[in-house]
Amino acid sequence: MKYKDYYAILGVAKNAGTDDIKKAYRKLAHKYHPDVSKEAGAEEKFKEVAEAYETLKNPEKRAAYDQLGSHQPGQDFRPPPDWQKQYGETPFSFEDIDLSDLFAGLRGGRFHARAERGRIPIPGEDYEVAVHITLEEAYRGTEVELDLSMPEFDANGLMHRVPHVVKARIPRGATDGQRLRLAGKGGKGMNGGRNGDLYLNIVLHPHPLFRVSGHDLYLDLPLAPWEAVLGTAVDLPTPGGPVRLKVPPGTHAGQKLRLAKRGLPKPRDGEGDLYAVVQIVVPGAVSDRERALYQQLAQGSTFNPRGHFAQEWRHESRTH
Amino acid sequence: MKVELTEVLWLDEPQELSLTDLAGLSGLSEADLRELADYGVIAPVDPQAEPPAFRADCIVTARTACRLRTDFELDVPGLALALTLLGRIHDLEAQLRDLSAQYPYRPRRKS
Repeated sequence: MKYKDYYAILGVAKNAGTDDIKKAYRKLAHKYHPDVSKEAGAEEKFKEVAEAYETLKNPEKRAAYDQLGSHQPGQDFRPPPDWQKQYGETPFSFEDIDLSDLFAGLRGGRFHARAERGRIPIPGEDYEVAVHITLEEAYRGTEVELDLSMPEFDANGLMHRVPHVVKARIPRGATDGQRLRLAGKGGKGMNGGRNGDLYLNIVLHPHPLFRVSGHDLYLDLPLAPWEAVLGTAVDLPTPGGPVRLKVPPGTHAGQKLRLAKRGLPKPRDGEGDLYAVVQIVVPGAVSDRERALYQQLAQGSTFNPRGHFAQEWRHESRTH
Repeated sequence: MKVELTEVLWLDEPQELSLTDLAGLSGLSEADLRELADYGVIAPVDPQAEPPAFRADCIVTARTACRLRTDFELDVPGLALALTLLGRIHDLEAQLRDLSAQYPYRPRRKS
């Protein structure tokens, strides 16, 4: 069993009062709670903090924890022999037990199997996991295998983490932020209680070409100045395969060209759209001939892209 | 070991959950759910129906409510306020993501 320093996790002294422990928990919970925090690793940090508070807020559990003695965090240790006699009904092994699971079963000075508590049906725990998929997987649907660790009680009332593999079909149309439910795939219910559920939170990997907005996709479409002025036809990548897009003459930067139903599929029917966002790009270096042609164009053109500057300036001066 | 493939359930299905089902799935009591509905945090499908029924996607809000209540020891009015503000943050983040998606972010300067 690995030692965890619950006092250090909460940042309190070993002789801290219950109020100080509560204050420290509240402060850290506000900082790391996964429903309110955006910090990296917040969920794991909150689990540690909640586990430490769960034990230290309860005088009986805290006393049992204190009697384990001090060790280095992460260090393998065994409780002292008299500790086990005091709290355990039957001898048991500490090999594959997590410290939090050990204290979860401690009530009335003894470890109890939750299953024996009045033989009342106890529902299994629900679990929520983030599932990262690519845009291509979202487009055509995919299957994912989730390696989970779920608690189960042994005959001595000790909770053990048991590995579970769940294979789920992610249907096409699941996009970023989508929540999916796998009924009955959470923790095991006891005494006839229903099994918990497993909730999947879909997270899309960023794509090098497409940006996702719901089921719509956005793609930057770089055009050369002459392509924008004269119009052109370009091959455009889409998740369903390349399509030929006609770019009309006089297309300007920032314009969105819509390709209907070329986005991500929607859950029940239909598809999102794909928007090609026009960017006018210029060559970094030009040949002598190209430079001469640009100069010829500059001399021959009457186009003034900043014509509205003077007009707006005059209008503002008159009104103020 | 062969692992059985499980089909998922969409949470935005146009299916309805009874008050009892939502309580069982979220861990909140029926009284808490009714109070959250009074605050407008979750909306019954038909406000006049008794007992009320809810859309399946209310599970997400109700489960968040259950976590917040347990972890922050909040009462229902505090919970309703926290959920309303979290909902507003969620909507604003979604708008920001949608707007970011619409505008080019990689100026291309290569020849």
